[in-house]
Amino acid sequence: MNIANWLRALGQTTINALAHLGFIFRFFIAVLLNTPMAVTRARLTLREIYFAGVLSLVIILVSGLFVGMVLALQGYDILSTYGASDSVGVLVAMAMLRELGPVVAALLFAGRAGSAITAEIGLMKATDQLLAMEMMAVDPLARVAAPRFWGGVISMPLLAALFSTAAIFGAYVITVQLIGMDDGAFWGNMQAAVDFRMDVLNSVIKSIVFAVIVTLTAVFEGFDTEPTAEGVSSATTRTVVHASLAILAADFIMTIFMFRGV
Amino acid sequence: MQRATIDLWVGIFVAIGVISLVFLALKVGNLMTWSNAPSYRVEAHFDNIGGLKLRAPVKAAGVVVGRVENITLDSVSYEAIATLNIDQRYRFSKDTIASILTSGLLGEVYVGFDVGGDEETLKDGDTIIKTQSAVILEKLIGQFMLNQASSLAQGDHK
Repeated sequence: MNIANWLRALGQTTINALAHLGFIFRFFIAVLLNTPMAVTRARLTLREIYFAGVLSLVIILVSGLFVGMVLALQGYDILSTYGASDSVGVLVAMAMLRELGPVVAALLFAGRAGSAITAEIGLMKATDQLLAMEMMAVDPLARVAAPRFWGGVISMPLLAALFSTAAIFGAYVITVQLIGMDDGAFWGNMQAAVDFRMDVLNSVIKSIVFAVIVTLTAVFEGFDTEPTAEGVSSATTRTVVHASLAILAADFIMTIFMFRGV
Repeated sequence: MQRATIDLWVGIFVAIGVISLVFLALKVGNLMTWSNAPSYRVEAHFDNIGGLKLRAPVKAAGVVVGRVENITLDSVSYEAIATLNIDQRYRFSKDTIASILTSGLLGEVYVGFDVGGDEETLKDGDTIIKTQSAVILEKLIGQFMLNQASSLAQGDHK
């Protein structure tokens, strides 16, 4: 009897999880179907690019710069033991483009912009603004969700590229300007090792996938909020936690397909 | 926040974002010199390619002139066939020697071109006849040990 109860609970959890996943997917389709609104009323999307992208610039650029500088210092320290200190540029560029750039930028984006989107929509729901919109025959999915979704999806790949660029610049400052490594070796080795399709294009693909994951999670959690102060706070937390975990899982899967056996 | 200010900032953001993408593609990924440059293909047959990998550089006098595009095994002669993608700007004589080399002890494996004196140049689809296979360190050590052992054995007989 006890086992039957336990199995029943397991089955219920599985079904709930699947239903939730299906709900998120249908929400995703609904947002995509409302895309025309984000295009025809571009001002709304522009405003979201400002809030999600421009306001994340400082944290992205500063983090990128420091990640690059630290990676260069540590890489130089270890690589010089093997007489391969010329490869510091390669190390930083590869690490940034293939993994750290898109992943860390997406994690920061989830914390900086994703949480803000959820909190904003959640509060709109808690104060019945979404209901009011429906009363005025304005679809909240088109007016609120679509612009935020596309604003995030446009901003995030640009932020990831800026993050990688800032990191490579940081590595340049440390190795060439501070340590005094040769400028030509730094760029030359990097250019010889980095492949456009393999590394740069895959980096952009990763960042676009992460952008969809983060913004979809953020917008969905906002709409899914329980309309209370407590509900908004827990929805905001869920956005950051779920988006971060999803990013790491998606990154692992994409890395397997992109870089396995090369 | 005024509309014009938001527009300005979004404009700046998108502009530097696109610039950094271009920077990654051109300066870091070196797209300018490779993918788009017209190139021609030549084949080279090797007895053993050692640790040669796809996309390994092809160098002449230390300058990167192409990449290894494909590696297959000839099922008749059991030779490795490496397809090399060479930049159209560079021309090499027909009797060029392709050898598999390693930069340094632990460095990357690459294909080195030693240019010969033939008047005719390699064209798309040509095969390089003179090749030099990779030096397999284990075989070299094995040979050395064998020589040592046989010379020791000869010493015993005397």
